Amino acid sequence: MSKYLLDKFLYTVDRDPELVERYREDPRGFVEWWEAERANVILNVLTSEKSTWLKFDEVEREALATFDIVKLFELGAHPFLFLTLGIAMFERDYTEPLGYQLEFAQRLSHFTLPYPDIAT
Amino acid sequence: MASIAAVIASTHHPFYYRASTSTGADRPPFADEWVAKITSFRETLTRANPDVLVLVGSDHFHQVWLDNVPQFLVGKQPFYDANWHNEQREFGLPRMFFTGQEDLSTHILRAGLDAGFDLGFSNELRIDHSVTCPMITLRPECDLPIVPIYTNIFAPPLPQPKRFVQLGKMIREVVESWPSNLRVAIIGTGHLSLEFGPRQFGPHGPDPEFDRKAVEWIATGDIEKALGEVSLESLWLPGNATHGFLDFMLMMGTAGAGEKADYVDTLDLFHTMEAYFTWYPKGGSAQ
Repeated sequence: MSKYLLDKFLYTVDRDPELVERYREDPRGFVEWWEAERANVILNVLTSEKSTWLKFDEVEREALATFDIVKLFELGAHPFLFLTLGIAMFERDYTEPLGYQLEFAQRLSHFTLPYPDIAT
Repeated sequence: MASIAAVIASTHHPFYYRASTSTGADRPPFADEWVAKITSFRETLTRANPDVLVLVGSDHFHQVWLDNVPQFLVGKQPFYDANWHNEQREFGLPRMFFTGQEDLSTHILRAGLDAGFDLGFSNELRIDHSVTCPMITLRPECDLPIVPIYTNIFAPPLPQPKRFVQLGKMIREVVESWPSNLRVAIIGTGHLSLEFGPRQFGPHGPDPEFDRKAVEWIATGDIEKALGEVSLESLWLPGNATHGFLDFMLMMGTAGAGEKADYVDTLDLFHTMEAYFTWYPKGGSAQ
C-alpha cells in the first residue's frame, strides 16, 4: 500500500488544469496512463533518473479509477488533496453553492474518530 | 536594532477576497460584516507603521511536497510571486507579487541556525494563500518588503506544539537583534478548528467549544494552558485540519507568555471561525 503514491497522483493532477480535464473525462484510462508514465517520475528530476518501484495496488488503482472518495479517505489519502481535486472536477455539476462540498461531507459521514491515518 | 511594530495572529480564510469583492446577487449575506471586521483589524497594523513584514504561514501542498518536506522554511529572495493556479480556480485569488527583505531573511537564517533551529531555506519560493490572505486583509497595497516563513502543519510527522512556541519566541528575539532601524511587524496565520472530511462546511467550525477555548488562550497569552491541552494527537479531535492551530501557538510564542492581546475579534462563519489578534510592544502601542 502506498499512501504516498495516492497523494502523488492527487497532487500532480490537481495542480495541472489539462490533467484535471483528462481525469474527469476518462478516469480509468487516465489512471492507467498516469501509473505507466508519471508514477515514478521524481518531481523536479530528469525523467531518466526516475524511480523504479512505485505502483498502485488493485484497491488503490480502483479507488482512483472511480474517484471513490470514501475509499480514498479509508486508505488514508490526504483529504485536502482529494477535496480540492474533487471540487475542481465536479463543483461545476452542482447548482447550489457548496453543493459538492456538502455532498462530499455527507458521503464520508459514517466515519468516526479516529479517522484513518494520513501519515505517509 | 530593529524594533517590533506589532505582532499579529489571524486565521487565513481564502474566501475573503471573493466575498469582499463580489457584488449584487453574488455577494454573500455575511460579506459586509466580514469586511467591517477586516477593516478594523487592518487598522491595527496600519497604526503600527511597520517597514517590514515577517509572514508566518504554511504551504498547502503547492510547492512543498512529500518528496522533500522541511519542517520550517525561510524564504530568502529579492522578490516573491504568489498564489497558485488551483487557488485561483477554487478561491478566485489573484496572482500577486511582493518585494522580499533579503537582509532580514539572511539574518533570521543565520541567527536561527545558531539558536538551535535547523531552518530550511528557499531561493525560489512561490508563496500561497497562507501568506497572501493576511496581505489581502491587512496590507492590500502590498507595498512593504516581506520575509515569509513556512511551517509544516500539513504532512505528518509534525514538530511538537512546544517547538512551534519556541520558534515563535526565537523569531521575535532574532528580529529584535537585526542590526537595522526598521520597524518589523510579525504576522502569522493559522486555523482554529477545521475539517476536510465528514464535518466540513457546516454552519460553524467543526468544534465551537475548541474555538472558544483557543481564542481565550490566544487572547490571554496562556501558553501554559494551551500546551497543557493541545498535543499532536488531540488536534485531530476538533477537526482533521486543526493542526493549523500550531501556527497560532507559534504566534503566542512571538507575543510572549502571559501577554494579553491588545486587539481581539472573531467572526463565526460557515466551515470555520475567523479570529484576529494584535499585540503591541510594551511601552507604546504605535507610532
